[in-house]
Parts: sequence; C-alpha cells; structure tokens
Amino acid sequence: MKQWEGFKKGLWQETVDVRDFIVNNYEEYLGDDSFLVGPTEASTKLNQQFIDLLAKEIELGGVISVDTDVVSSITSHKAGYLDKSLEKIVGLQTDAPLVRGFHPYGGINVAVKAAEAYGYEINPELQHIFTEYRKTHNQGVFDAYNSEIRAARSAGIITGLPDAYGRGRIIGDYRRVALYGLDYLIKQKKAEQKSLSFPMTERKIRLREEIQEQINALGRLKTLGEYYGFDLSRPADNAMEAVQWLYLGYLGAVKEQNGAAMSLGRTSTFLDIYIERDLKAGIINETDAQEIIDHFIMKLRMVRFARTPEYNELFTGDPTWVTESIAGMNLDGRSFVTRTSFRYLQTLYNLGTSAEPNLTVLWSESLPQNFKNFAAKVSIDTSSIQYENDELMRPEHGDDYAIACCVSPMAVGKEMQFFGARANLAKALLYSLNGGRDEMSGKQVAPKGEIIKPGVLNYDEVMVNYEKTLEWLAELYVGALNIIHYMHDKYAYESFEMALHDRDVTRFFATGVAGLSVVADSLSAIKYATVTPIYDEESGLVVDFKTEGEFPCYGNNDDRVDQIAVDLVTKFMNMIRKHETYRDSIPTMSVLTITSNVVYGKKTGNTPDGRRKGAPFAPGANPMHGRDNSGALKSLMSVAKIPCESCADGISNTFTIVPQALGKEETMMFENVMASDIKVENLVNILDGYFTGGGYHLNVNVLVREKLIEAMNNPHLYPNLTIRVSGYAVNFALLTNEQKRDVIARTFHETF
Amino acid sequence: MKHSKGNTHSVETMGAFDGPGIRYILFLQGCPLRCQFCHNRDTWDTQENKLQTPEEILADYQKYKTFYKNGGITVSGGEPLLQIDFLIELFTLFKAHNIHTCIDTSGATFTPHNTEKFASLMKVTDLVLLDIKHIDDEGHKVLVGTTNKHILAFAKYLSDIDKDVYIRHVLLPGITGTDDQLTRLRSFLDTLTNVKRIDILPYHKKGIVKWEINHFDYPLKELEEPCKDLIMKAHDILKTCYVYKK
Repeated sequence: MKQWEGFKKGLWQETVDVRDFIVNNYEEYLGDDSFLVGPTEASTKLNQQFIDLLAKEIELGGVISVDTDVVSSITSHKAGYLDKSLEKIVGLQTDAPLVRGFHPYGGINVAVKAAEAYGYEINPELQHIFTEYRKTHNQGVFDAYNSEIRAARSAGIITGLPDAYGRGRIIGDYRRVALYGLDYLIKQKKAEQKSLSFPMTERKIRLREEIQEQINALGRLKTLGEYYGFDLSRPADNAMEAVQWLYLGYLGAVKEQNGAAMSLGRTSTFLDIYIERDLKAGIINETDAQEIIDHFIMKLRMVRFARTPEYNELFTGDPTWVTESIAGMNLDGRSFVTRTSFRYLQTLYNLGTSAEPNLTVLWSESLPQNFKNFAAKVSIDTSSIQYENDELMRPEHGDDYAIACCVSPMAVGKEMQFFGARANLAKALLYSLNGGRDEMSGKQVAPKGEIIKPGVLNYDEVMVNYEKTLEWLAELYVGALNIIHYMHDKYAYESFEMALHDRDVTRFFATGVAGLSVVADSLSAIKYATVTPIYDEESGLVVDFKTEGEFPCYGNNDDRVDQIAVDLVTKFMNMIRKHETYRDSIPTMSVLTITSNVVYGKKTGNTPDGRRKGAPFAPGANPMHGRDNSGALKSLMSVAKIPCESCADGISNTFTIVPQALGKEETMMFENVMASDIKVENLVNILDGYFTGGGYHLNVNVLVREKLIEAMNNPHLYPNLTIRVSGYAVNFALLTNEQKRDVIARTFHETF
Repeated sequence: MKHSKGNTHSVETMGAFDGPGIRYILFLQGCPLRCQFCHNRDTWDTQENKLQTPEEILADYQKYKTFYKNGGITVSGGEPLLQIDFLIELFTLFKAHNIHTCIDTSGATFTPHNTEKFASLMKVTDLVLLDIKHIDDEGHKVLVGTTNKHILAFAKYLSDIDKDVYIRHVLLPGITGTDDQLTRLRSFLDTLTNVKRIDILPYHKKGIVKWEINHFDYPLKELEEPCKDLIMKAHDILKTCYVYKK
C-alpha cells in the first residue's frame, strides 16, 4: 500500500495490530527538550481566537450555545471551523466552536434539563419522539431498579451512578483510522461478524447486532470525512493526515456519545512515526511538526458536552477527560518516549496551561532521564500533569494500554470498562451504628440491623455491624451497576468507539469507593481513643460523637491506622467479587472521587474522627486535610500502602507542594538555571520514590496557597489558572466557591 | 558491645536543602553555641529527649529509601558533633548500607590537638555542611558566645584531609554583612581547597516563633532581614571567581 511506504513490515499488515506497527517503527528519543520550538504566528493567532471565545463562554454563564434542533450523531452537522484560513487540523462537534450538541440516548429528561439549565429549550418534537417512540437508557434503568436501589440512590450512599447519562470510560483505538483507513476496518468487522454463526445463542446474536452497528458507524465516519473534504476510506498518507484522520476518529466518538469521560488513548508515539517519516523526507520541519500538534491539542481543548447542574456539582469545571497517556516502557526494554511525547507537553507552553486534554505521564524509573526532567519541569511550571505507575499497569495490561478518565488503565482496543459511581464508605459506617437508618433523614435505607448499644464504642462490635452493612452495600451496588450497563448496551451503545475495538474485548466492572480516609480515621478513633455516640432524643439516631484521647490518623505512615485502610478496601473488594457481574466483566475498584468529595461530604453526618456533618471528604485516597502533618513523604507512603490488587482501577492521590520546598528560594534569585535544575531533580526523585515504593497515581501541584486565595478573590486576574484535583486538571476559576475553599484547605507540603 | 543511643530531636523525611538530592534529616538534641539568630532554639538543651539506636534510625530511613536515590542522610541539630561517638556508629552503619552521609555542623566541638575521633568520623562521612557564623573572633564571641578559633581550625582540618565541604554563612545586616567582614571571610575561604559550594543564607525572622513559644527573649529583635542589594553584594564578594573543588 502506497501510504505504508517507508514503514517496517510486520504482523500489523496482516491484521489490525497497532502495537505491532508502533514497536516496529518508532524511534525512541533520549535527548533533551532543546529541539522544541515555540508556537507559529498562525498558532498564536488561532489560539487567541479560542481564548476570546472561552472568555465569552464564561461571560454567557458557561455555555456559548446549545443545539436544540438536531440529535448529535457522527453525521449530524456539516463542517464547522474556528478560522478555516488558519486551522491545520479541522473538525468540530457541531457546526460552530463550543456549541454543545443534543445527546438524548443516555436519557431524554437529563438532556432536556441540561439545555434548560442554560436557558435553551429542546425542540418539542424531538422531546416527543424520545419520550413516546424511542426509549432511552435512563428509562430502561428506572424500569428495572427496585425500591432498595432507589432508596440507596436518593440517600446518597451510592452517588454518581451513570443511570441518566453516558457512562464513558471507553477508549476507541482512534489510531486505527489513520493506519488502516475505514474500508479496511469495515472489511475486518464484516469478517468478525461472519465468524459468529450457528448455533445462534443470545451472546452471539447480541454481538452480531452490535458489530452491524459498528459497521454502520464506520460508514458514517467516512461521510463525516467527506464533509471536511477528506477520504477516510484509505489510510493516512502523511503526518498531517495521520493527525487529521486520528482526530476525526475521536471526533466521531464525541459526536455520537456524551460519555462521562471521553479519553483519547495513547497517540503521541504512534503519530511520531508519521512525523519522523515526513521530517526525514523533508516534507515538514520541526516548526511544522509542532504546529500540527498545537492545532490538534487546541481541538481537544474545544470538546464540550451539555450537562446538568447536578452533574456539574459532582464533576466540576466542565471536564471531558480527554485523557492522553504519554511515555511508559516497551516490553522490549526501550521506553515509548519520542520527540512527539515532548511536543505534546510543549503545548502547555505554546498554548498556555489548560485542564484538557488530561495529560498523563506513564511513569517508570527506567524512562529516559531527559524526559523525566522535562515532565517534572512542566509540572513545576504548569501544575497540569498527572502521573501513573507504568510498572504497576504494564504487567496487567501490556505495554499498549491507556488511561481512561482519571486513573483507569485499559489495553487500547482490547479492554473496556463498565464504569460506575462510588459507594460512600463513611455513610455506611454511620448506617451500621444506626441499624440501617440514614443519619440525615432517619429513613430505613439498609435492612433493619442491630443498633449499637449505648456507651463507649467497642471496636470489634462496631466492625461486626459495619461488615454486615458493607455486605449489603456491595450486593446492592453490583446490582445497580448490572442494571445500568445492561440498559446502556441496549439503548445507548457506543457503536463507533466499539468499532475501534477487537471483536472479543475484556470487560472490567469498575466500582469505586469514597470516604476512605474518613473511615480509616474514624475506626482508628474507635480503636485507640474513646468514642461515645451522642443520640438525638427524638429520632433515637446517633448524630454525633464525643471523641476523647489521641488516635493515629491516616497519612502519617503509621501502620496502626494505615492497616485499617488497607483492610477496608481489601474486604470491600472481596465483597464485590462475590456477586455476578454483567457480561462476565471482571470486578475492579478505584479510590477516586474527582471533585465529588465535596458532595459526598455534604450528604454525610458527623463522623467519629471529628469531621463535622456536611464537611468535605478528602479527595480520592488522600489523607484528610491537615491531618497528614508529619511531612510529605509520610503522607505519600501511607497512600502507597493501599493495595493495587484490591484497587486495580486506580488509587488517586493529589499532592500539593510549595515551590520553595523543592529547592532554595535564595538560589532561585541568583542562579536561576541551577535552582530550577534542583527543583526538577527533586521532583523527579519524589516521583521515582513514590512509584518504586508502589504508589499508583499522583497529581502534582506546585503552588502556594496564597496564589489560590488571590485567584479566588480576583478570578478575572487568573482566568487560566490550572490545578490538578482528583484525577483531572481543572481551571480553578470554574470551580464552585465551596470547592475552591476545599482545595485551599488541603494540605500544602511546605516543610518536612 | 552495647550500642550507644542518640539523643534526637526530630526527623524531616524530605529534606531538599541540606545536601544533594532528597535527604533524611535527623536533628540531634543539644548545642554548645548560643547563636542570637538561632532558628532552632528548641534544640539547645542537652537533656534527654528521644533516644534512638543507629539500627532504629536506619530502619526508619529504609522506609523512605526509594526517595533518597540521589540523596542520603544528613545529621543536623543542635550540634551533632556533641554526640560524636554515636555519630561514628551511626555513619559506620549507614556506610555499610552504601548510603551517602552528611553532617550539618558549626564545628564547635573541634579539638585541634586531638583529632582521633574526628578522623574516625570523617572516614564514614561523605560531606560536611560547615556553618561559619562570624569570621571575626570578637564578633563571634558576641554573636555566638564562644571564640571561633577552633571552628576555623576545623575548616582547615577538613581542607587538609580533603573532605568535601559546603560552606554556609548566615547574612546578618550590619553584623556579618559588612564589606569588611565579607572580604575577610572571602580571604579565609580562599585558603581552603575542599569547598564544593558556598551557600549564603539571608537572615530571616521565621525562627523567632520558636523563641517566643518557649518564653525566651529574642536578642536580635531590632535586626531587619537583608535587602536584595545586600544579598547581591554578598554573593559578589564571597563567590565571584571562587575556585571550587572539582
């Protein structure tokens, strides 16, 4: 094939195998960042237009416009541009930038409410169709939910169930579009469909129908290409086309689905092969290469979905989780670092910091030193990168996995997950003390259990009750997720994203927990201090606690309490594993809250650790704010103990360090180069230390608290201040005031 | 043999300032000097605080060792040389585990005519952070409470045995920060051949809190932090064209 000229031959030419193409053709880059270039004039001009549009979006209350007359699909809108004369990479979700599409399949009510929240009314005819004639996911789920699930859902012991919106966390292998072209992919899918024949079991029938949906979706992407003047039926011919083809693939996904997280995958090293080929042929130079990447990343920053205020409260800042995974090690011992890995990070300088795409470095101690240094430098300068432990993921998912959403690893095109929500472990503890009644409403949510006897709490007795409550919660949670994913497959199937997967995918069943540090500290208080419940006379509920004496807190590398956290996740994961999961999916769990730690806290009463009713939880697996007071390393070490075997879907840790703590202020004033080198070296050492010590994920913020306070008081001065929260980056200005206060209250590691 | 125990004050697990890389900083209790600008006032007292054996300290260090790949241990204080027997034992153990060792000291206990113990200690010490408080002997007596003769002798001794040293000097406006004092200090530093680095530490008032908490009267209440120009000048005088040990 003409488009493949100059590439090394391999298995990838016989069958769809992008990894084989990459490992046969990429060139590892061991050098430093000195080859990088700044933005072109066109990039700066285009970026300014985009920035102006962002300002207008904020001015209009967060939304430029909502399309109320067209159901978003791959082919729903003709070509749209920001500035056609300047754009090297084109394609928008609708026909104008930042206009949000109408996605009814997840749930018509929610889609209508999302538009209403911004003052738009969805065309009544469409509302009628999706109410009367075409059932949506949300309707299906509520038809099947039982009363127990409904009660648990409304009490908030499980929050964030994707029962009214797209589940997301599925990554199409968008590289396939560029490498093979759609005709080849369609041919493959037809062969897959043909391979499923008699006897026609339910499993095969379903898959045959799904593959037909996938084939149709691939066909629609061809049409989308035509709108923009491209022939996607064939493979990409050069670097510019490879980026364009890949991006249109991704665009197809975000036009078809409004998923909670629409991640990109692992594309930089794949694209580097095309860029290198063109550079060698003299077709482009470094400036062109960076410009193409800058324009591509700019497009990823423009992805928008219409979401309801309730959703925004859980996941604030308009996140789309266009997560891109960079670097990591090859099974053959080389790293996957290429010049384009550097070019992706360089966009944070060329275009300014940004929350999206969610740039994620797959860290290994064995990565090239120059790349490690550059990533650390970018972190120090922008606070926009997160890190995942490649040494933990690679053995489980191979070396061509990517992160979906915040922390969830999956082999690209081979694995997917059924995502869903978090169980509130702190609330469950209060249920176990109150015989299954909700501590806020008094309603009987869990089955009527033993009420803890009055007086000082006894650790062993509390644990017996607590474990019973957790068993109940695990079963209910799995049940709810089974219903949700059954219905999502039925009414809102991701036909295009799944078209870029193999026929037989591995499915994970991704549960989650919230409130880990609250429970660990509460149980520690019960075990090591004296905790006496305080009852409300009228309702008889335990509404508060008298906690006397000292107790160790999670986050100080003290095994007495850290082990409580370890045991808790291990127990709960094993409880989840007891139950049958939809489509033979493999159960996993994450300790990740995103920004929902604020909402979970709001819905939870006083806890024995001294946390007040309504106060936020710590995010993810973080220790509670201000309680990890024996230094940064001890805090990191506590979190690194949470076992990956029980939390295979991710253990999120958000780490904030003040810049001075990484290196001398005094030196900084006079020996600029050296000071920043020391900071970089120290941050690299922290990352190496955390990950070789078994840490899973780390969000790195290099910030002073005063800056955030100033940004809170004068938001107009800091329109682009980006910070890492739990699993994603967010524009600080877009957080609610409550969340801003929560972020400011977190532990900033200053001295050790 | 019964292992000695160190009288320790506290630990910082992530030191980014006291020696190369990220380091485990062990603060020992007790100091013979009475620096008027001390920022660890709470470490002066030599009475027993937390007693720890070298093995216990190593075990604690090992918990964080993945972070110290390019770092090691730094013992600070207080004045660590007050517990030199313990230090020798501690560093011998750490060197046996191939860990980079460093002492942050004022050299205040040095005895020029009896260097035997110092020689043993230096065998297991990779780097010394040497704090020169005041180059003028009379000024030293006022500021710190003792002569500086043995301290300067310690600096010479380290130069003679070619032990790697970072020189540290706290810049106090009008006290150590005059042209005359800085020039004299520079002349002294020029006689040393083992200096890897010179750190000028501009005086700051953050340490006052620790005096106040313990109800001690802070002697330098009137002293202001040095301005940028003074810091620049000190860099100029102390560091311009200085010949560092390679």
